[in-house]
Amino acid sequence: MTLLEMAGQLQLKTIHCTEEGVSVTGCYIGDLLSLVMSRAQEGQAWLTVQTNINIIAVAVLTGVSCVIVTEGMEIPEETAQKAAEQGVSLFHSEKPSYQLACELVALL
Amino acid sequence: MNNNIITLHYDIDGTNFTIAGQASSNIKKVLKQLGVDPAIIRRTAISMYEGEINTVIHGKGGVADIYISPDQIRIVFTDHGPGIADIEKAMQEGFSTASAEARELGFGAGMGLPNMKKYADALNIESTPGEGTTVELIINIHS
Ligand SMILES: Nc1ncnc2c1ncn2[C@@H]1O[C@H](COP(=O)(O)OP(=O)(O)OP(=O)(O)O)[C@@H](O)[C@H]1O
Ligand SMILES: [Mg+2]
Repeated sequence: MTLLEMAGQLQLKTIHCTEEGVSVTGCYIGDLLSLVMSRAQEGQAWLTVQTNINIIAVAVLTGVSCVIVTEGMEIPEETAQKAAEQGVSLFHSEKPSYQLACELVALL
Repeated sequence: MNNNIITLHYDIDGTNFTIAGQASSNIKKVLKQLGVDPAIIRRTAISMYEGEINTVIHGKGGVADIYISPDQIRIVFTDHGPGIADIEKAMQEGFSTASAEARELGFGAGMGLPNMKKYADALNIESTPGEGTTVELIINIHS
């Protein structure tokens, strides 16, 4: 499923969406960056409550298909800017990570 | 081989937790341009990011020197921070002395050094408490 389809189905707010063709292959939930670096796989959507600028670096380095900030956590402007600069797709949701993950997996 | 080595140098600011990752993102681009295998680029970038973050949050800033030859990528982080008293303990998964401030940003899982060990082909740490730490990462390009 493409990022755009996913964002639509899950009613995500788009902060930045890079490539229309990118497909989401799975899901990883994590808030400790080193664990994410160790476990997240390329193509997965990464669900987190972290919002600081380092999440963009982690997304670039792991090659996840996008970052979805959950629980309605507020995304700082510098994180949004960095996402656009680095071409990282970034979305926002009011839902808890687990609920969103269940909904996402049901779509795949 | 010396004539074939690309060297890069980065200063790593120890005062700002939220701008780290710059050097690793850059290296990722350089390696891509050099046509290095994507799996190797990923291992290099992840282990380098962990080293960069450690230099910021534990080492209070320092430098990274990168040497790229046709055979291997060698990355050396040097800082003059507090040093590591017990390296074996620091290498254990889950061991962390990260500050509350660093933990709030998502650091402090105690997985950085284990990740570096997992993703690099060699990891060498030298440290003197009170003087600083040198961390060397080697990633082979042709395995
Ligand atoms: N450059 C350094 N200077 C001083 N101490 C260090 C340095 N690098 C690592 N350490 C020590 O080793 C510990 C383990 O490092 P490691 O990278 O595995 O975990 P962490 O940085 O605490 O958390 P994480 O990497 O998961 O965010 C650190 O908490 C710190 O005590
Ligand atoms: Mg670390």
